Amino acid sequence: MTEGLLTTAYIAASILFILALGGLSNQETARRGNIYGIIGMAIALIATIAGAQVTSYGVVAVCMLIGAVVGIIVASRVQMTAMPELVAILHSLVGLAAVLVGFCNYLDTGHPLTGVEKTIHEVEIYLGVLIGAVTFTGSVIAFGKLSARIGSKPLTLPARHWLNLGLGIICVWLGFVFVGAENPNVGLIALIIMTLIAFLYGVHMVMAIGGADMPVVISMLNSYSGWAAAATGFMLSNDLLIVTGALVGSSGAILSYIMCRAMNRQFLAVIGGGFGTAGGTIADVEGVEQGDVVAISAEETSQLLKDSKNVVIVPGYGMAVAQAQHSVFEITKKLREQGVNVRFGIHPVAGRMPGHMNVLLAEARVPYDIVLEMDEINDDLPDTDVVMVIGANDIVNPSAQTDPASPIAGMPVLEVWKAKTVVVMKRSMATGYAGVQNPLFFEENTRMLFGDAKTSADAISGNI
Amino acid sequence: MKIGIPKEISAGERRVAATPETSRWIKKLGFSMVIEAGAGVEASCVDDAYRAEDVEVLEDTREIWAGSDIILKVRAPEFHPSLGVHETELLREGGYLFSFIWPGQNKDLMEKLAARKATIFAMDCVPRISRAQKLDVLSSMANIAGYRAVIEAANNFGRFFTGQVTAAGKVLPAKVLVIGAGVAGLAAVGAAGSMGAIVRSFDTRPEVKEQVESMGAEFLVLDFEEDGTGTGGYAKEMSPEFIKAEMELFARQAMEVDIIITTALIPGKPSPELITAGMVESMREGSVIVDLAAEQGGNCALTEPGKIVTKHGVTIIGYTDLPSRMAAQSSQLYGTNLRNLLTDMCGEKDGKLIVDMEEEVTRGVTVIKEGEITWPPPAPKLQAAPPPEQKPATAAPPQVQEQPEKRRFGWKLPALMAAAALLLYGLGSVAPPAFLAHLTVFVLACFVGYMVVWNVTSALHTPLMSVTNAISSVIIIGALIEVSSPDKLVLGLAAFSILIASVNIFGGFFVTQRMLRMFRK
Repeated sequence: MTEGLLTTAYIAASILFILALGGLSNQETARRGNIYGIIGMAIALIATIAGAQVTSYGVVAVCMLIGAVVGIIVASRVQMTAMPELVAILHSLVGLAAVLVGFCNYLDTGHPLTGVEKTIHEVEIYLGVLIGAVTFTGSVIAFGKLSARIGSKPLTLPARHWLNLGLGIICVWLGFVFVGAENPNVGLIALIIMTLIAFLYGVHMVMAIGGADMPVVISMLNSYSGWAAAATGFMLSNDLLIVTGALVGSSGAILSYIMCRAMNRQFLAVIGGGFGTAGGTIADVEGVEQGDVVAISAEETSQLLKDSKNVVIVPGYGMAVAQAQHSVFEITKKLREQGVNVRFGIHPVAGRMPGHMNVLLAEARVPYDIVLEMDEINDDLPDTDVVMVIGANDIVNPSAQTDPASPIAGMPVLEVWKAKTVVVMKRSMATGYAGVQNPLFFEENTRMLFGDAKTSADAISGNI
Repeated sequence: MKIGIPKEISAGERRVAATPETSRWIKKLGFSMVIEAGAGVEASCVDDAYRAEDVEVLEDTREIWAGSDIILKVRAPEFHPSLGVHETELLREGGYLFSFIWPGQNKDLMEKLAARKATIFAMDCVPRISRAQKLDVLSSMANIAGYRAVIEAANNFGRFFTGQVTAAGKVLPAKVLVIGAGVAGLAAVGAAGSMGAIVRSFDTRPEVKEQVESMGAEFLVLDFEEDGTGTGGYAKEMSPEFIKAEMELFARQAMEVDIIITTALIPGKPSPELITAGMVESMREGSVIVDLAAEQGGNCALTEPGKIVTKHGVTIIGYTDLPSRMAAQSSQLYGTNLRNLLTDMCGEKDGKLIVDMEEEVTRGVTVIKEGEITWPPPAPKLQAAPPPEQKPATAAPPQVQEQPEKRRFGWKLPALMAAAALLLYGLGSVAPPAFLAHLTVFVLACFVGYMVVWNVTSALHTPLMSVTNAISSVIIIGALIEVSSPDKLVLGLAAFSILIASVNIFGGFFVTQRMLRMFRK
């Protein structure tokens, strides 16, 4: 295959990748979008393999075959609730691949460069490896936290910001050593040391971030994996890699931004880790007048739901943990058969990754046209008879709007308290991730249904 | 413990203290129940319906009173005409009684009950705090009274409530004034509004303005600063100047409206006279006044409690038994209030009543404990709504604070742009053209990505992440290029990269497809 054909193939692949992302703008075109992505990838792979630079077909075939088998097995077995973990571990693979490709390129001395070109090339290698390495270990730790192999509490070392700054300075200094090195071995050693430091940095960065900030972390790692690919593209002078990396990088960056805005937090504050410790005050829970909570039984909840016209269900991470999505859909189905208008209200940061709740509800076969975003449903809540909050806390906390001293002040929330009745399904009276008491539980129109979300949902469903 | 429900004996009383449905819930608390035959008939609850809930139905009134530990009633005990004995005499010595008592007005009754060494729970004494709303029979009954008041008014009013344009000409909508926007007032506002009338409401408490407006009515305001908010959700008595201004407003309104519904009650006092004989005279022929305060003397000078009278061409309805006129509904609500109270007092669900005098609600309801009069209770600990802060003399203009916010941002944007320009200049002057070509592609791709991704619906953010993850493994191209290197180390590293990137490509696309298949309409 000629150089020209290779380039045109890459152009086609780039366009197909853009169409793939464009297809995700709504559910109807999404599957077609994914097919575009697959075709784009196939074109890119075939063109590259058919190109002049690839000759070891045997190695390529064996490696790809093994990879394909492993990938498909993992992807077909994964539980929908474990989606965040899967995405995290897949990110780590991109990161690792970027590191390895960077090393390969440095070790492969086939195309000697000189002057500014050499400097730029080496800076590209250095950046590619750096970003890849941070992505790799960061994603591995994120995977560990999401799959509960590592505690989800933020690890806040003393002077951790200084530690990060120190690691950063060392990396910059090693960068100068690497680029300035006359002897390739000195350069290689600098590169290896930097890689190790970047690994360490990735671990430390994600360790310092708590469980509910994971949507931001995952999006950020998604973004990093894109930038790593883009840096590799510069290194190899490959426009397809640059385009793809830029697409993925900006996609992840936008997601991080959306997630931060949904939590009303600064990106740097999330990455800095340790919620509320960086200057914010944890509200004094004892001082606030709390009043009483009114408990409700599953039978009464069923009765309440049957007697209403409009019901909104607000799921949170608790629903994912309890795997209650199928039971929740049972309730939805039965109520809809009885003519009750049931809809779902989804907060952008509900769950552990962007869109997590939507995927779970889709898995339970909830039709997506009754699954609405926070902004779409908030105006309808005053006319709603019953809101069922399932395993969510901070995203329905009225103090975000009423109490300027609260750590979550200003965070957009679902205004469920405006509905006629709110049923909160919760395991206990414990506070949410932000550690703030939720005045919603003490509202007059709130009823608490204590217990595991799945058990409760099954009981409600049985009584309808 | 055994719960007995005798038939109400007060003339015209149709309600019953427990319906078959509330009986079911009460039985779940572990109580056994017995009801007098025919007790619920006028509230559309037949004996068989009670039997179906395992409630024993007895004919003999005395047996019910004597055989039950707890008696549930609606009206306060009174002289039983057919048995020739006062109901207090029927109550078992040391028994428990739940009913309306009105201890303030019924000193004699209180002493009689105390003499029986009984424990009496006065449903009209539920403290008006948020927590006790589910027990608040006054609210439940007031709600019904407000609704029924509108129905009675409509029944006695010769025209439509709603405005219509018909082939036979145009009909103007009725104008309704509701005085007092408590529970009854708001219910009346809602009912009249839903029938299509133009509704106005007045209350001395400015805080209810929002509630009135939320029901779709106009809130009338006096040009006079005085807050009539009293304790426990009631209004207090106002100053003479205020009342004068108020009366002028009513006089003006009386000439204009077709229907006036008055609900002004001040606890423990005769109700204030708001509609004078002169105002009634000034109203249009055929107008209707419903006086919900008739029992405490009435808000209208010409009201005759318990009756409908026509004076100066205006029908004045002074019924004192409006809730009883909707016996099925009011029994249901009263019964539910009772069962909520029983649930609170029987935490163990073992059919035993626990009278905890430390608990605020129980303390308020219990007016006689084992023969000892405990009414009135100590003052309530907290109010339904905190009194508003003193209003500042002049409202401070709020715009002042916004300026520093803007100024802080002022220098940032130019500084950023300058830095970007400097960076581009630096790059442009040293970087080789090949690199700049790639940079162009990169920057443009970033913008394309930015535009495309903002369009992605938030419901698909998870598939977006998995698909971007899959396409970012196009990094495999880097490994493919290196895999044919003669250097064994490079080959090994590249081969391993191909392997893991393949996992990512196949896994990522596959799982995305799996997810997207699940999204369905």
